[in-house]
Amino acid sequence: MSTAANPRQYIIQIIFLGVASVILLRLFFLQNFESKYKIMANDIAIYKKVVYPPRGVIYDRKGKVMLSNTTIYDLMVTPRNMKNFDTAQFCTAMGLDLPGFLKIMKFVQTRNIDVRQSTFMEQLSPEQTARFQENAFLFQGFELVERNIREYKNATAGIVLGYIGEVSVDMLKKERYASYRQGDYTGLSGLELQYEEALRGQRGVHFMERDKFNRPKDPYRNGALDTMEVSGKSLELYMDADLQSYAEKLMQNKVGSVVAIDPQTGGILTMVSSPCYDPNLLRGRDRAKNYGALYREATRPLFNRATQAAYPPGSTIKPMTGLVALSVGAITPSFGLACYGSYNYCGRPIACEHHDAGHAANFRLALAHSCNSYFSHIFRMTIDYKGFNNVKVGLQKWHDYFSACGFGRQSGIDLPFEGKGLLPDTTTYNKMYRGVWNSCTVVFVGMGQGELALTPLQMANSMAIIANKGYYYIPHFVKSIGKNENDPLLKKYHERKTVLNIPDSSFSAVQQAMQDVVESGTAVGAKVDGITVCAKTGTAENKAIVNGAVIKMANHSMFVAFAPREHPRIAIAVAVENSGFGATWAAPIASLLIEKYLKDSVSVKRKSVEDKMFNAKLINKYVYTIDSAIRTRDALAYKLRQERKHEADSTRRAQDSLMFVRWMERRARKK
Amino acid sequence: MSPVRKSLFNRIDGVMIMLYVALVIIGLLAVFSVEHRSSDPTIFIANKNYSKQVIWFGYSLFLGFLILLTDSKFFASTAFLGYTIGVFVLILTIFVGVDVKGSHSWLGFGSFRFQPGEVCKIFTSLALAKFLSLPETNFKTLRHRLLGVALAMGPAVIILLQNETGLALVYFCFLLVMYREGLPNAVLVLGFSLIALVLGTLLIERKMFFIIITVLAAITAYLMRSALRRRMEPRIILISIWAVCILFSQLAVPMVFKHVLKQHQIDRIYSMLGKEVPIEYNKNAEEGDEKKVNASEYNVLQSKIAIGSGGFTGKGFLNGTSTKNQFVPEQNTDFIFTAVAEQFGFLGSLVLIGIYVSLMLRIIFVAERQRSAFTRIYGYCVASILFFHFAINISMTIGLAPVIGITLPFLSYGGSSLLSFSILIFILVRLDADRQAMIR
Repeated sequence: MSTAANPRQYIIQIIFLGVASVILLRLFFLQNFESKYKIMANDIAIYKKVVYPPRGVIYDRKGKVMLSNTTIYDLMVTPRNMKNFDTAQFCTAMGLDLPGFLKIMKFVQTRNIDVRQSTFMEQLSPEQTARFQENAFLFQGFELVERNIREYKNATAGIVLGYIGEVSVDMLKKERYASYRQGDYTGLSGLELQYEEALRGQRGVHFMERDKFNRPKDPYRNGALDTMEVSGKSLELYMDADLQSYAEKLMQNKVGSVVAIDPQTGGILTMVSSPCYDPNLLRGRDRAKNYGALYREATRPLFNRATQAAYPPGSTIKPMTGLVALSVGAITPSFGLACYGSYNYCGRPIACEHHDAGHAANFRLALAHSCNSYFSHIFRMTIDYKGFNNVKVGLQKWHDYFSACGFGRQSGIDLPFEGKGLLPDTTTYNKMYRGVWNSCTVVFVGMGQGELALTPLQMANSMAIIANKGYYYIPHFVKSIGKNENDPLLKKYHERKTVLNIPDSSFSAVQQAMQDVVESGTAVGAKVDGITVCAKTGTAENKAIVNGAVIKMANHSMFVAFAPREHPRIAIAVAVENSGFGATWAAPIASLLIEKYLKDSVSVKRKSVEDKMFNAKLINKYVYTIDSAIRTRDALAYKLRQERKHEADSTRRAQDSLMFVRWMERRARKK
Repeated sequence: MSPVRKSLFNRIDGVMIMLYVALVIIGLLAVFSVEHRSSDPTIFIANKNYSKQVIWFGYSLFLGFLILLTDSKFFASTAFLGYTIGVFVLILTIFVGVDVKGSHSWLGFGSFRFQPGEVCKIFTSLALAKFLSLPETNFKTLRHRLLGVALAMGPAVIILLQNETGLALVYFCFLLVMYREGLPNAVLVLGFSLIALVLGTLLIERKMFFIIITVLAAITAYLMRSALRRRMEPRIILISIWAVCILFSQLAVPMVFKHVLKQHQIDRIYSMLGKEVPIEYNKNAEEGDEKKVNASEYNVLQSKIAIGSGGFTGKGFLNGTSTKNQFVPEQNTDFIFTAVAEQFGFLGSLVLIGIYVSLMLRIIFVAERQRSAFTRIYGYCVASILFFHFAINISMTIGLAPVIGITLPFLSYGGSSLLSFSILIFILVRLDADRQAMIR
């Protein structure tokens, strides 16, 4: 027996140690230098749960909720997990019939694998939710999944509040959306878009561990790395929810818009763009579908007429024309014009509604009766005023006044995509008439036709200026953000804007005349008991271009007003498209709104007027014809553009291939 | 020989027992960390695997105690009998065995199941020790050498028939014992070189491997420069070994992979190593097939993730994200090492491997101090079995060896495994206790 040390024992020991060293060496590198495994371990086992905070709630001026969040439930099913399932009981509970149930199940199973969870029913009603929750233990394989969506209480003011949707790929490239990720929601229009940063809040990130079945389990490191979510700030609006829904009701079945402003603050009390849509359509999963349907509607409910549509103001501009004339000193309030039914100083006569002599004996009477001749004339007098030497200087001066009142430019309202309207200046006319024009050429502007077009918002704001005798605040919706009235976002709305240097006396004259409009003039129907309403009607001629032909269409019914004269609390502009005289439709609607706002209710004697407004259907058939013509035209133009592009592409390609062929030939020759 | 014999319990090798107990306790903690859920109502739950493992540990200690009480001559005298019974049971298992994942290597008695192949290692060790220590055995003769190999490999063949490749491979460890007892050096060198060549070919990139072989050949040539200068044969041998390696790795394997093996076979070979199939062997690559992640490839990836993410100091006990959330398949049994490596990091792994190596070296030390050849050979058997299990198991968790289902001794959950390793150790302790007694 070998008692002496056998050398082979050392060899074996060396083998043991050698193999152990190799393993240790590998472990050393694996555990200390191959960081990819750490990343992978975190990837598989740590689940980054992004918690979205509730979006800010929007309240009206009285604290009524206009837009908030709500939880809805979707019913999900995993067919594999359905056990001891009583179909009949399920159908009764969920209000389904057997064929309906089988249809959905078949759909679910053909679309998805048995083991995967898929949607069985979306947006359960509260009763369905309750009944399911009661019997949940009976329906294995089914599960309720909650989802947060926006809820528009009263379903009003959709065009103002806007809607949210997922950020698009294009938006993600912009700086504003730097902190967004695909799948995040963002405001896409209205206040939801304008105040996105405030409403959104801050999302939180919670790190959870998950097991191999992807089920989230404990918080990772007891939540040491988590960031908490911060709720979105609430918005308080100047808007009056009751007034808003009342206005929407008055405007139903009409095309047009209403804007009411509180002159003291610039806060917007009501903004209607009719026809209105139910904002609850534009949320949740059906948003895209409903959006398409609304987009295709001939009446264009998604178009905010209140801030984007430019209407010829018609006679409603007359107070402003008068104001400028008075202010520059072209006339005095006692200036009169002998009008016998037409204005004949500029070649072709301009018709006037009134024939009796003396209806334009002074400014008050002329405005009360809306004398076209008078205002055409004083507009000419303004721009031809001797102080300006020259009509071009005069027109520019007039333009400055109007521009200072907010016409022809964006007001800066806190809604995205605001329109500018049209305000002509000397350049416009120099271009139009190749520099050869005089006050007669542009005379229609004085009575609100021609090259002048205003948005209802601008009209309402001009009323606020007259009501305030010369100053205004930029119209805006939001009073406070997260209960803070001095939020930096609101700073510009607290600035008082003064309109040039118009003397008080001019304002008084205009106000007096506007008061007469209601008391003895064209808008007697707009009288509100106990309140001095100052107003002006308008009947705006307008044209449409259909298939290349200019067609004159029914007049727009326009109305602007403010009340009460002494302490103005509301300035309003109403436009009802293609419906006739301003006094017929727009005036009653405006006065009902004024009464409703100032008195909180509408007196019984005006019920008949109210009903008439509620029931009037003023959408003309040709709206649809014109719309389809416009859409056809747009489609054609698009097609043409595409074809041109295509043609250019193919030409380029042909050139390229020609060059290639030549190059090949050259090469062949060289060889 | 001391005139006064100390009592049995003073003669047993405490170091070995301590190392053994340390490993089992680490194993219990590891199994506990795998099974424990933060949602568990109490820390200790009776019907979980770690509780069962504690019970198995109890059984093992009891059995160990019985073994210590047994006369040490008993093991030598019943060695062949035990071997015969073991082989018989093994053969029986092929026919009456319970089908577990396609292998017929388990015997079931009601709810209790055990793997005769595990236990048969003990009988084979005893029988081999007995055979080699027989006075009439002359291990220098080819006949006896072949007999010894047959004795060791017999059970392996049967286990192979049971379709339990991993366990069968363990029996190769007896070659190490026989090497110690006089098998020529060449066997060892050849065996190791072959393993190194095959694994190297598969694991290392081809050009890199070419360089490595050539550099190794150059170093050998430098070390043997005097021999090479003097005689012709070493030159021929060295060059031909180099050539064979090159031919094997650079030509034969690629040829076989490209033209003989089917894609699924290639996939299988690589997935056993937990590696992706190199592009040159991936016949489906052009078709753009979505790669199916093979089970063992997935296991090794998860295992590497768990180990690699442990870092230097580990994530802390019960804080391993992979372990806690059951990402590593078979983590209780074959991949128990990942639990230690993830939670205790490189330091923990170092300590664990240190304990293993200490135990194996201690066993060799114990074996070498025997006067009895039987005990010495048996000791080597134990050390070799432990080594083989340890090396293959840990290597497969880090992608150095193919995934063959063999357990990590003392750590892996499972009654058969713990019991048979405990018995192996306790028999050695018992035999060692009597090392002064007489020469068998």
